[in-house]
Amino acid sequence: MAEPLPGPAPAEGSTRGTVPDGPTLAARLGTTARGLAVPILAIFSALVIGAVVIVLSDVTFFERLQSDPGAALGAAVGEVLRAYRELFTGALGSPTDYVDAFTSGDPDLIRKAFVPISETLLAATPLIFTGLAVALGFQCGLFNIGAEGQLYVGAMFGTFAGFAFAGLPWFVHIPLAVGAGFLGGALWGFVPGLLKARTGAHEVIVTIMLNYTAYNLISWILKVPGYQREGRSDPISKVALDSSWYPPLVEGLRANWGFVLGLVAAIAVSWLLFRSTRGFEFRAVGFNPTAARYAGMSIATSTILAMTISGGLAGLAGTSIVLGVTHSLTFGISSGFGFDGIAIALMAASRPRGIILASLLFGALRAGATPMQSLTGVPIDLVVVIQALVIMFVAAPALVREIYRIRVPETTGLETFSQGWRA
Amino acid sequence: MTAVAATAPAVIVDRAAIRRQRILGVAYLVMGAVVAYFLTSNIKTDATSTFVLKPAGSQGGLDIPSLVVPSMLTVYLAAGICAGFGAIQLIRGFGTRWSVVLAVVAVAFVFAFLTWAAAGKSVSLIGILQLTVQKALPITFGALSGVLCERSGVVNIAIEGMLLSGAFTGAVVGSATGNNIVGLVAAALVGGALAGLLAVLAIRYRMNQIVAGTVINIFASGLTSFVAARVLQTHRELNEPEKFSSLPIPVLSDIPIVGPMFFSGNMFMYLLFVLIGLIHYGLFYTRWGLRVRAVGEHPRAADTVGINVILTRYRNVILGGVVAGIGGAYFTLGSTGSFVHDMTGGRGFIGLAAMIFGGWTPIGGFLASLIFGFADSLQARLSILAVAVPSEFLLMAPYLVTIIVVAGLVGRVRMPAADGTPYEKE
Amino acid sequence: MKLELRGITKRFPGVIANNDVNLVVEPGEIHALLGENGAGKTTLVNVLFGLYQPDEGEIRIDDRRVTFQDPGDAITAGIGMVHQHFMLVPVFTVTENVMLGVESVRGPLGQQLDRPAARKRIVEISEAHNLHVDPDALVEDLPVGVRQRVEIIKTLYRQSDLLVLDEPTAVLTPQEDEELFEIMRSLKASGTSIVFITHKLNEAMGIADRITVLRAGRVVGTTTPQEATLESLAEMMVGRHVSLVVDKEPAKPGATVLEVKDLIVRDDRGHVTVNGLNLEVRAGEIVAIAGVQGNGQTELVEAITGLRHPVAGSIRIEGQAVRLEPRKVLEAGVAHVPEDRLEDGCVPAFTIAENLVLNTYYRPPYSNGLQLDRDAIGKEAETLVRDFDVRTPSVFNPVGNLSGGNQQKVIVAREFSRPIHLLVAAQPTRGLDVGSIEYIHRRIVEKRDEGAAVLIVSTELDEVLALADRIAVIYQGRIVDILDPESATPQQLGLLMGGSGPGEVAAAANGESGLVVTAHG
Repeated sequence: MAEPLPGPAPAEGSTRGTVPDGPTLAARLGTTARGLAVPILAIFSALVIGAVVIVLSDVTFFERLQSDPGAALGAAVGEVLRAYRELFTGALGSPTDYVDAFTSGDPDLIRKAFVPISETLLAATPLIFTGLAVALGFQCGLFNIGAEGQLYVGAMFGTFAGFAFAGLPWFVHIPLAVGAGFLGGALWGFVPGLLKARTGAHEVIVTIMLNYTAYNLISWILKVPGYQREGRSDPISKVALDSSWYPPLVEGLRANWGFVLGLVAAIAVSWLLFRSTRGFEFRAVGFNPTAARYAGMSIATSTILAMTISGGLAGLAGTSIVLGVTHSLTFGISSGFGFDGIAIALMAASRPRGIILASLLFGALRAGATPMQSLTGVPIDLVVVIQALVIMFVAAPALVREIYRIRVPETTGLETFSQGWRA
Repeated sequence: MTAVAATAPAVIVDRAAIRRQRILGVAYLVMGAVVAYFLTSNIKTDATSTFVLKPAGSQGGLDIPSLVVPSMLTVYLAAGICAGFGAIQLIRGFGTRWSVVLAVVAVAFVFAFLTWAAAGKSVSLIGILQLTVQKALPITFGALSGVLCERSGVVNIAIEGMLLSGAFTGAVVGSATGNNIVGLVAAALVGGALAGLLAVLAIRYRMNQIVAGTVINIFASGLTSFVAARVLQTHRELNEPEKFSSLPIPVLSDIPIVGPMFFSGNMFMYLLFVLIGLIHYGLFYTRWGLRVRAVGEHPRAADTVGINVILTRYRNVILGGVVAGIGGAYFTLGSTGSFVHDMTGGRGFIGLAAMIFGGWTPIGGFLASLIFGFADSLQARLSILAVAVPSEFLLMAPYLVTIIVVAGLVGRVRMPAADGTPYEKE
Repeated sequence: MKLELRGITKRFPGVIANNDVNLVVEPGEIHALLGENGAGKTTLVNVLFGLYQPDEGEIRIDDRRVTFQDPGDAITAGIGMVHQHFMLVPVFTVTENVMLGVESVRGPLGQQLDRPAARKRIVEISEAHNLHVDPDALVEDLPVGVRQRVEIIKTLYRQSDLLVLDEPTAVLTPQEDEELFEIMRSLKASGTSIVFITHKLNEAMGIADRITVLRAGRVVGTTTPQEATLESLAEMMVGRHVSLVVDKEPAKPGATVLEVKDLIVRDDRGHVTVNGLNLEVRAGEIVAIAGVQGNGQTELVEAITGLRHPVAGSIRIEGQAVRLEPRKVLEAGVAHVPEDRLEDGCVPAFTIAENLVLNTYYRPPYSNGLQLDRDAIGKEAETLVRDFDVRTPSVFNPVGNLSGGNQQKVIVAREFSRPIHLLVAAQPTRGLDVGSIEYIHRRIVEKRDEGAAVLIVSTELDEVLALADRIAVIYQGRIVDILDPESATPQQLGLLMGGSGPGEVAAAANGESGLVVTAHG
C-alpha cells in the first residue's frame, strides 16, 4: 500500500514532542544527553557574551587599548577571569577554604567554608517556586509573567500571618503562614486566569499590569499603621514572630528548610502534571485546546485552576524570602525572581526535575554575584544579562545548533503555545 | 420521507450579548452608586469646583474663563447619569450605540471624580489635559511600533525593552556628543537593532515571539541597569543630556484648550503627529501598506503572488523598533533628562494595550493612548490636592484601566489574522 | 505555452513526494493530473509554481529551461495557479486581492494605490469570460463558488498562458462543475493551457485532452479519454483492482436516536447558518448529509455535539434533551469524529495511549478520580491498537508522528471503543489513502449493524452515495430533501445542493443514471 504524504506541509519537528515514557533506558539516556546539550551550551555562550560585556563596559579599556593593545587585552582577560572566579567561589566556595577547614577540624571554619553553598541554596529556594509557577503555566498553555507580583502579594499575606498571630507553636504557625502566602499568590494568579477564561484577555498583559499594581499595593501597605513597623518611618513591615521563621538547615548557616519545601513542591507539581487526572487536562489544554474541548474538557476550568495554583506557587516564593531570610517585608525582597522563573522554566523545558537543577544554577549565579560586585566592582546586573542570554539560547535551539554545529532536539517545552493574542 | 422546512422562529436569542449587556448595566449602576456615596463625602454644601482652562502664565490667546460648577450638584448629576443609563442598559440595552453610552458614562464618572477632588478648591483642568497628552506620547510611540510589527504578523512584546534602550541611548549619546539630535538618532538606531534581534529570533529561528520579546525586555533592562551602575554612577556627565525645548506653534497654540494640549509641546509631539499621519496613509493607501497587511493577514496568499513575506516582516519589525527607540528617547531627551533604572515603568505594555484598543490602527492607537495617558496623569496632578485616595492607588490607575480595557475588548476587535504565527514555506 | 517537467524529484523528511516525474503539456491543452490523496499532485504543482524547489529535475517552457525561485518568477513566466485552499485575504476586497502583487499605482512616488484602474480591468476580464463578481465586495462575505471565480480572475489579470487548477471541484455542486468546465473550454479556445488536478475519474474523463496518472509520487502513465476507461484509470491510480462499491446489507432501522427540531444556530460571525433544521436519525441506519461546504453542516455538527449553543430549537438524543456540553453529550453515548483530525480530533503531542483515553481518562478504570492509572491506560491502548490495525512501534509514540490514516484510526478507535448510540462523523476520510478509506467505511457500516445511529457529513458525493441509507441534502441551513441512494442521481443531488427545490429536481429527473465512481468506492 502506498505510504501517503503527511499533507501539504510535512509535520513540524515540534510535534515530535517529548516522550514521557520512553521505551529503553539507553534511548532515554541518549535523549537526556541531547536534551542537556542545549542548556549547557546556552550557559556557556551566555558566560562568553557576559565576558564581552564586562570588558566593553570598562571605560578605561578603550583608553588603554589605544596606548598599549596587548596590555589592555591582557588586563581585560584578567578582569573577566577575576570576576568569574569571584562569581564561582561566591557560589560554591573556594577549594582552599574547604581544604583548610577540614584539615584544621575547626567546626567554625568548616561552617564558614560552606557559607557560599548555603547562600546558593538560599538563593535557589525562591527560584524553585517561581520556576514551578511559570512551568505549570506553560504546561497549560499560559504565559505567567506575573510571578513577580504574585510573589509580592504572597509575601504580603505571609508576613501578616507571621506577625499577627502570637502564641502559636511553630508547627501551627509555619503552615499557617505558608498557607497564607500561597493564598495571596493564588489570588493574584486567579484574576488573570479568570479574565482569560471568561473574556479571553491575554494573560501576558494582565499579569504584567498586576505586577505593577502589586508593587504599588506593597508600597501602600508598608505605610499603613497596623502593618508598618512601629517607630519607623521608612516602608518596612512589622517583624514576623520567631514561631513563623523557617528553621535553618544547619545552625549558623542561612540556608533553611524552605529549600526542602521547594523540593517537596517540585515533587507535588510533578505528580500533578504527570500523574493526576487534573494534570492530564492541563497538558491537553496546553497542547491543543480545541481537541481538549472536543473531547469534553473544560478549557475555562483548567485555565483558572492552573493560573491560581501557579500564582500560589509564586506566593510561596515570597514567603520563603520573608519567613526564611528577612523576617519582614520591604520593597526590595525580590530582585526579579519572578522573571528568573521564566528562564528556569524554559531551561528545564517546564519539567520539575529540570527546574530544581536550573534553580540551583541560577541560585549559584545570584549568590556569587554579590561578592563579585563587592570584590571586583562588576555590578550584579550582569547576572540579569546572562540570564536573558540563557533564555534566548534555550528558547531557540536552532540558534545553538547553528553556532555549535550539533544536532539538538527541536523541543523547547513551549509547544503548548497558541500563538499571538488569540485566547 | 421528506423533511419539512420549519416556519420562521419566534425570537432569536444571543446569550453572550445579553450577558454582556447585563454586566455593563450593573457596572454603570455600581459606578453611579460609588459616585453618589463616596464622591459626595466631605463636600461642603455650598462648595464649588473651579476648573482652570487656561495654562498659568501663558500670554496671548483668548482669555477663557475658568469653569466653575457647584460641586455637590454636579456630582449628584453625574451619579444620576450613570445610574440612569445603567438602568436603561439593564432593561433594554442600547443596541449599536452602546459604545457611545459607555463613553458618556465614563466621562461622567471621571468628571464627578475631578469635581470631588476639586471641591472648594481650584484645579487646573488644562494642566491635567496637557499632562494627559504628554503622558500619552510615549504610549503612542509604543502603540505605533506595535502596529508596524503586528500588521505584518509579528507580535512585539519587546516594545518595553526598546523604549528603555532608547531612553538610555538618547541620554548617554546625547550627553557624550553634546548634541541631542545625535542622541535621538542613536536611540532610533538602537531601537532598530533590538528589533532586528527580535526579528532574527522570531523569523529565522522561529522562536516563540512572546518569549523572544520577553528575553529582549529582560536583556535591555539588565544591560541598561548594568551600564548605568558601572559607568553612569562615576561618570555623571554622561547622563546629563540637553533636553528638547518646547516649541509652541505660533497661531495654533493659541487655540483655546486644544492649543495648549496639542500645539505647545516639543518636537517629539510634532514628530508623533507626522508619524501617525505617515503610517496611516502608508498602511491604507499605498502599495507598501497593502502588501504589509496581506503578509499579516494571510502570508501564504501573499507568498503565492510573489511578495517576499520574510523580507516584509524584517523590514516592518525593524521600522517598529526605530519608532520605539524614538519613543524611548522621549523619556530622557523629551521629558526628565537623566536616565534612571527601569524608567519606562510598563509604558511599552500599555502601548500594546492601546494598540489593541485602537484596532491596530495608528489613529485608534493615539486615541486609546490618551485614555491611558489620562490615567497616568492623575497621580501627578491630584496628589497635590491631597485627595483622600492614597497616591499609590492613583499610581495603579493606568494599570487597572489597561486590564479593564483588555478584558472588555477581546473578541470585539479584529487583529491581523496571521499575527504571531511564524511563516514556514515548507 | 508548452510546458515540460523532466525528472522532477522532491523529497521531504521520510517521504519522496515526487519521484522522477515527467509531464508534457502542449499549448492549448487541458491536461488532467489524476491521483488519489497523497499521490504527490499538489507537491508537483507547488514545485512548478516556485513554492518548492525540486531536489532533481528541471522545468522547461517552450523548450527553454527555467528555474523558479519563488511564485513571482512563475507568474512572470506566465503560470497562474488556483490553489485548493484559496489564497485570498478575507478582509480585503476582491479588487485588492486581485491586484495584490501587481498593484496599479499612481502618484509622484509611484506608491499610491490606484484602485479605480484595477477595478476597471477586473470588470473587463469578468465580462469577457463570464466570471461575475462584485469588485468591491469583501472576500470573507463571498460564497465559495464566487471566491473561486476571484482566484481565476487573479490569474487572468496577470495574463497567464498556463493555468493550474488544484482540485477546483471540491467545493462545487455538479452544476457549478459544468460552469467551470465551460470556462475552461473557453480559456482553452483562447490559447491557454490548463493543468487540472483531480482525484475524480469522471471529471478527468469528461474534460481532459490528456490524462497523467500519479501514484505514490511516480507517473504511472499518460493516456487519453479515448483510450482509457474508468476502471483502467482507477486501477492505474491505486495499483490494484479496486472494488468500486461499498459492501453493505440493507439497513434495519430501529428507534429514533437523534431528533433535531427547528434548530437555529449562529456561526462565529453572528450569521444564522442553521436556519430551522429538522432531522431524524434512527438506530441501525446511516444518514449522510450532502451539501456544499458552508451551508451549515459544520454548525449543525457542533450543535449536536455540544460545542455550540443553538439559538433556538431542540436536539434530543434517545428522547432526552441532553445538556449541550461536549462532556455531557459524549457521556450520553455519542461518538464524534471531527472534521479536522489534527486540530480538533487529537492532541498530536500526546502519545497514542493518552489520545485513546482523551474522552474517558477521568473515569474508572483509567482514573480513581484524582490520579491516572497508567497501567490500565497502557493495556487498553495495546488492545485497541491491535483491534484497529494502527501501525506503530509503540503505544507511547506521539500521535503526531503517525500517518494521516493511522491518526484517523486512533481517533476512530477511541470513539468506537465505548458503547455508543450515535456516531457523528464529519469528513471521515478526507485526505486519506484508499486503504484507510476502505477500512474506515467498513468500520462505520459495522457500527451501524451493531445498532448505532450514524450521521455522516461529507462533501464527497461518492462517499455519500456509497455509504448512506438515506441522503439528507442541506442547503442554506435547512434539509431541503431526503433521498434514497438507490434511486438518487448526482444530478438530482447537485440541483438540491445548489438550491433548486424538490419539485424542480423531480421534473429534471431524467438525467444520467448509475453511480458516480471514484477509486475509493
